[in-house]
Amino acid sequence: MNNIGIKDIEQFDAEPVNRYDKQQPLYVSRKKIYPKRINGIFRRFKWIVMLITLSIYYVTPWLRWDRGEFSPNQAVLVDLYHRRFYFFWIEIWPQEFYYIASLLIMAALGLFMVTSSIGRAWCGYTCPQTVWVDLFLLIERFIEGDRNKRMRLDKEAISPTKIVKKISKHIVWLLIAVATGGAWILYFADAPTLLLKVLNGSASIVAYGTIAVLTFTTYSLGGLMREQVCTYMCPWPRIQAAMLDENSLTVTYNNWRGEPRSRHSKIHKPISASDNIPVSRGDCVDCNACVAVCPMGIDIRDGQQLECITCALCIDACDKVMEKLGKPKGLISYSTLANYKQNMKLAFDNINSELVHEHKEILKPKFKHTTISTILQQPRTIIYFAIWVLIGFTMLIMLTTRSHLKINVLHDRNPVSVRLSDGSIRNGYTVKILNMIPKHRTFTLTVNDFIDGEIIMPQKKNDRFHKISLNVKPDSLLAQRLFIIANPKRNKVVERKFRFQIQDNTSSESAEYTATFSYR
Amino acid sequence: MSKKEDHVVNKVETTGYEWDGIKELNNPLPRWWLYVFYTTILFAICYAVYYPAIPLIERNTEGLSNYSSRKELENEMAAVKSSHATMLELIKTMDVSDIQSDPKLARFAAAGGASNFKVYCSQCHGSGAQGGVGYPNLNDDDWLWGGSINQIETTIRHGIRYEADEDTRYSEMPAFGRDQILSEEQIIAVANYVCSLSGLEHEESVIALGAMVFTENCSSCHGDDGKGINEVGAPNLADKLWLYDKSKKAILSQIINPQHGIMPAWGNRLGDIIVKELAVYVHGLGGGE
Repeated sequence: MNNIGIKDIEQFDAEPVNRYDKQQPLYVSRKKIYPKRINGIFRRFKWIVMLITLSIYYVTPWLRWDRGEFSPNQAVLVDLYHRRFYFFWIEIWPQEFYYIASLLIMAALGLFMVTSSIGRAWCGYTCPQTVWVDLFLLIERFIEGDRNKRMRLDKEAISPTKIVKKISKHIVWLLIAVATGGAWILYFADAPTLLLKVLNGSASIVAYGTIAVLTFTTYSLGGLMREQVCTYMCPWPRIQAAMLDENSLTVTYNNWRGEPRSRHSKIHKPISASDNIPVSRGDCVDCNACVAVCPMGIDIRDGQQLECITCALCIDACDKVMEKLGKPKGLISYSTLANYKQNMKLAFDNINSELVHEHKEILKPKFKHTTISTILQQPRTIIYFAIWVLIGFTMLIMLTTRSHLKINVLHDRNPVSVRLSDGSIRNGYTVKILNMIPKHRTFTLTVNDFIDGEIIMPQKKNDRFHKISLNVKPDSLLAQRLFIIANPKRNKVVERKFRFQIQDNTSSESAEYTATFSYR
Repeated sequence: MSKKEDHVVNKVETTGYEWDGIKELNNPLPRWWLYVFYTTILFAICYAVYYPAIPLIERNTEGLSNYSSRKELENEMAAVKSSHATMLELIKTMDVSDIQSDPKLARFAAAGGASNFKVYCSQCHGSGAQGGVGYPNLNDDDWLWGGSINQIETTIRHGIRYEADEDTRYSEMPAFGRDQILSEEQIIAVANYVCSLSGLEHEESVIALGAMVFTENCSSCHGDDGKGINEVGAPNLADKLWLYDKSKKAILSQIINPQHGIMPAWGNRLGDIIVKELAVYVHGLGGGE
């Protein structure tokens, strides 16, 4: 291993496209980035994440879940037309939307928690923009070759092979984009039926419109605009600045051991004007591998930048080089700003690799290395996690103990009450029974806390009941109009409270509604 | 005008002004923003050409699309009307009692009746059909001219004491006081008797005389038991509901110089369909027989 010298390390002719101290005028057109392929543990992790997220997205609508004959059998379905949301064994009615709201709150809190502890992991690994750009790059690399080949191809004059390559790339991109838009709409209707309808041209204009819009956004954001979306369009990098602190993980170039970078084995360069001590070179061999692989077109050695999505591909690239040189890995590493500053201070007197290294392959033990456990012990992370768990747990309890039966009662308002010829008082109500399970159910409706109150059904005015039986269709609402009739009060009572109660005839489930009877 | 200069840190030109040491960078607009801005201008021009937009002296420009919101409304109204056509045709040909026994048709008719009720009937009967003094409550179970759906339909179609309609329902209570048909003593006695029928406060001593006067003068219309007769629109005097007022004074005044309500005949004015719809709606309010 030690036979490999600096000269054996390939140097890339890579200039960072986005660089703070060389900022381009704002009207200069975009410089294309040609990220080089790299292998390593972070790249492998990203492949796995990509496989999982994309499978979730494309496969989920095809999962089936048996809910009986009266409800759809799609596992995840947002049924906007019937105002129902299905998620495996959970069915949510519009009035239970707070479950979704809390889920969104949990997602936001989770994002805060992840960001404050492990930094921009969302950006680097799971953001749809990152995942689809990765997928599109994969296609690009497959058709046009790696970095150098792509650069050469773009510079070449137009030739049949170039045209074929370019066209086939864009066709595959468009196919992926159409599939992305197509998969999205499958979440909103029965997937097999809808797909068939889309294919034979009988789906609704909304379906085609949605596919068209999402095809356009996927193709343009993932294929054409790429890193510009993160740099210029996305608000999240800006918000994150408020969420990261000196204890959050970021991809860091450890210049306390990298500098002064050089392609030569020895350099003689004064550190300051006053001391002319010759120093040996730092660990960085200035091979630009980290720049060549960066999908955002930055040089991580310039320090923390808004453009950096912490995808860690530069870590993979640099570790490879360090390995070849037989130096300790982690010249570029996940580290916190706090650790970086401490290490900087330790190495500060004059940044000199001889002071940093115990011997060639081992750093001096005084230097701090960020470990995941120190990150997780941050109070902020713990507090976020506690709130997150609290909300999640509360939701879970509410979800498991929720009732699948609800009753709402609307009291007639105009007129509130009617006096009948025998002097008795009649009030009209619309009783709404929500049968929230996909089964036929029969309920008994009773009037409680109201001894002389009797029920009259509009169809049979001469019969008076103390309880009535109502059939409610599966997974639906029954609105039943009925009257309550009672004797007038001699004293000046103007109204009274009483309860409508419904009880499932087969199970013990029941629900109540406190209503008002008016004597006015 | 102060000198434009480059900002030290970012090397960006400033606007050249300074406010208490604060300078404004003269960064150009983001390009994507600028293009969106140009696109909106282009959109506005297209919009102004395509749709009616520019106000002229007489009227506005028509636009290429020949669009107008009035026309759109007309089209939508026509579409609604044509979608109702089959239902309306059924209502036209069917008898009200048959309409009522068809749940779907009844619901449709009641909805139409409800909106027409608000327009034509609510002025007297109230928006909830709860009535008022002199105007019957249509929610209760007390009907002057009968509460079956056919009777209600006839009342709506021909009105009550509405002279322009030949088939109007007509009846008139004699002015027992004004025309001196009964003596003052008899009138007081019969008023007390009427009060006693529904359990109101009355003088027991004149009841016997009152009963006699009632049988001789009133029972032909109000019935022997005072429960009224629908055919002549004579109210039930034995129940707890009163068209005017249940005070003895009001009852006396009604015997001496009776008031008579008038209801217009709607048959010719609203047409067959709406009359039937109204009948279904009124019958469904809760009091229909």
